[in-house]
Amino acid sequence: MLSFRRLVIILTLSWMAIMVVVPHFLVLLTSFFTPDSQHLAVWPLTLDGYSKVFQAIYIDVFLSSLWLSAIATLICLLLGFPFAFILSKFSPTTRNILLVVMMLPFWTNSLIRTYAIKIILGKKGLINTGLLGAGIIDEPLNMLYTDFAVIFGLVYILLPFMVLPLISSFEKLSSELIEAAKDLRASAWQRLRYIYIPLTSPGIVAGCLIVFLPAMGMFYVADILGGATSLLLGNVIKNQFLVVRDWPFGSAFSVSLIIIMGLMLLLYYKANRYVQRQGGLDDESL
Amino acid sequence: MSDKSVLLAFNNVSKRFDSSDILVDFNLDIYDGEFFTILGPSGCGKTTVLRLIAGFERTNDGVITIDGKAVNDIPAEQRPVNTVFQSYALFPHMNVEQNIAFGLKMTGVPKAEIQQRVTEALELVKLSGFEKRSPSQLSGGQKQRVAIARAVVMRPRLLLLDESLSALDHKLRQQMQMELKQMQRRLGITFVYVTHDQEEALSMSDRILVMNNGQAQQIGTPREIYEQPSNLFIARFIGEINVFDGTVIEKVNEFSYLVDIGGVSKKVRCDQRLQENDPVHVMVRPEDLRIEYLEDKPQGRSGFMGIVVERSYTGQTLDSLIDLGEGRMIQSSEFFNEDDPDFDYSIRQKVWVDWVEGWEHVIKKSAI
Ligand SMILES: Nc1ncnc2c1ncn2[C@@H]1O[C@H](COP(=O)(O)OP(=O)(O)O)[C@@H](O)[C@H]1O
Ligand SMILES: [Mg+2]
Repeated sequence: MLSFRRLVIILTLSWMAIMVVVPHFLVLLTSFFTPDSQHLAVWPLTLDGYSKVFQAIYIDVFLSSLWLSAIATLICLLLGFPFAFILSKFSPTTRNILLVVMMLPFWTNSLIRTYAIKIILGKKGLINTGLLGAGIIDEPLNMLYTDFAVIFGLVYILLPFMVLPLISSFEKLSSELIEAAKDLRASAWQRLRYIYIPLTSPGIVAGCLIVFLPAMGMFYVADILGGATSLLLGNVIKNQFLVVRDWPFGSAFSVSLIIIMGLMLLLYYKANRYVQRQGGLDDESL
Repeated sequence: MSDKSVLLAFNNVSKRFDSSDILVDFNLDIYDGEFFTILGPSGCGKTTVLRLIAGFERTNDGVITIDGKAVNDIPAEQRPVNTVFQSYALFPHMNVEQNIAFGLKMTGVPKAEIQQRVTEALELVKLSGFEKRSPSQLSGGQKQRVAIARAVVMRPRLLLLDESLSALDHKLRQQMQMELKQMQRRLGITFVYVTHDQEEALSMSDRILVMNNGQAQQIGTPREIYEQPSNLFIARFIGEINVFDGTVIEKVNEFSYLVDIGGVSKKVRCDQRLQENDPVHVMVRPEDLRIEYLEDKPQGRSGFMGIVVERSYTGQTLDSLIDLGEGRMIQSSEFFNEDDPDFDYSIRQKVWVDWVEGWEHVIKKSAI
């Protein structure tokens, strides 16, 4: 007889197969076809899509995308680290309540929230109205349709994904280790440098990855908030599918992005292993 | 202790957690260079006292001084104190050498000196050659040693040790007790050692503070604590003891009284002033009892007839449980003597129980 456990596993696996494996396989397949304006993708199989990926313009997009995502990730880390640190000081109950409060806005669709940011950053938006009213500025600041707006949007949408893994890292860090560091005369900065950062590094790396990788694909943030040059890799893909209608190239670009992300995850895995081994037999530095 | 300069003092210190009082008007002097032990049952506030000294907790009231200077407002990282944590608290991302060097590195000691002092500390705890091991590759005893080395290498005025040996197995523990004591003598650092194990306290300490429910019960040398416990709690906590309830009949001479113990009158010594009819506890350690193989009460001697109900041989001693009647059970512990024909009495055997006059310890009943 089919046990409940089995049923759940089979359902989950079927769901994954239909929603994850099949679409990815289709994308992979499409990436090797020849583009066609009428039928989208036709025979024969070719590597043209992939060779287009390496055109100078897309390298530029790649770099700009990398830059925007990296800055957004860094800001998320700088905001998320102290935030997670402070949260970890509360009792588990209070901490969970605060976490729910933090997550609440994120139950709204991120597209809608992106439009909300547009309203906040606009010429007649919340910030400009406030600053003008307070007499701090004379003319409205030009914030919308800039890289700043894109980074702002990315940080706003992705911050919780930085905080969550960090909190779990902070929770694992025993308060006795911090006391031991104090006992051994470590100042606040030294404790940060030698205890907090190394021991939360798995959380830092995990947080950076799950902010950085999706950031590169968030085309609608760049579309709604960005200027002409604020492009994310996601924008290229979206344009290939919806505007240029070069599906094989869009697919090839997607596959390339997946490969890059895969490589980064591999790097994370290696880094994690290294951190765990740190202080082991093979570490010579004092 | 030849010079008795006070290194650490608690002056009317109070500590509350939430609304419960843990320490109230707590006073304590610890002398420079001594091995001081805080002994008490679990939950009595020993760790709290250590954490107050280290600076991990703040007093609600009162003053703590080190070298005569109030340290209430000095943060933990600036006190001349180091701690050996109960669960070691070794940094998992550093190897043995890095753990030991940590404090020196934080205080900016030159690299060459760090190297030398770490090497010395490792020698002191007999872990030379373990420099590159990670804490996860060490046994409990070895972690313990690293934790000690990490604290000692800082050359603190006070070394705080919280139940440091309680996780170790019996043999290793006895060995470490010896080593700690030797280390303390050699380094001349004042040790404040916390334990709930009275044997450990007695064997290592210069002085012992017995605590119960956040209150100091008695401070004294191991011998004073063991032989002249100031109340019933201490007497019972420091090893096994037989307590006879009695009433003072009359004063014989200074410090000597005749006491009635369930119809038997015994002459006892007592440093306290006692009045006629005062209720007293007459306490005798199991090893101070004398057991004789006799069927009947001997003439002209005051003692107790009893029946052996339980006996166990421990290797060095023969421990017996003896019923004196009227629900009074006492324990005796005698050194094994193979040549004594009377020695190996059997269960249900009638025996005569007595002790050498003066070996008892008497306190007034109200003293608890
Ligand atoms: N951080 C704390 N918050 C609340 N109560 C505490 C805290 N630390 C200790 N206590 C309480 O203080 C009392 C003494 O604890 P402790 O000093 O750890 O005792 P010991 O070390 O003698 O076992 C206990 O009743 C304990 O529950
Ligand atoms: Mg304790």
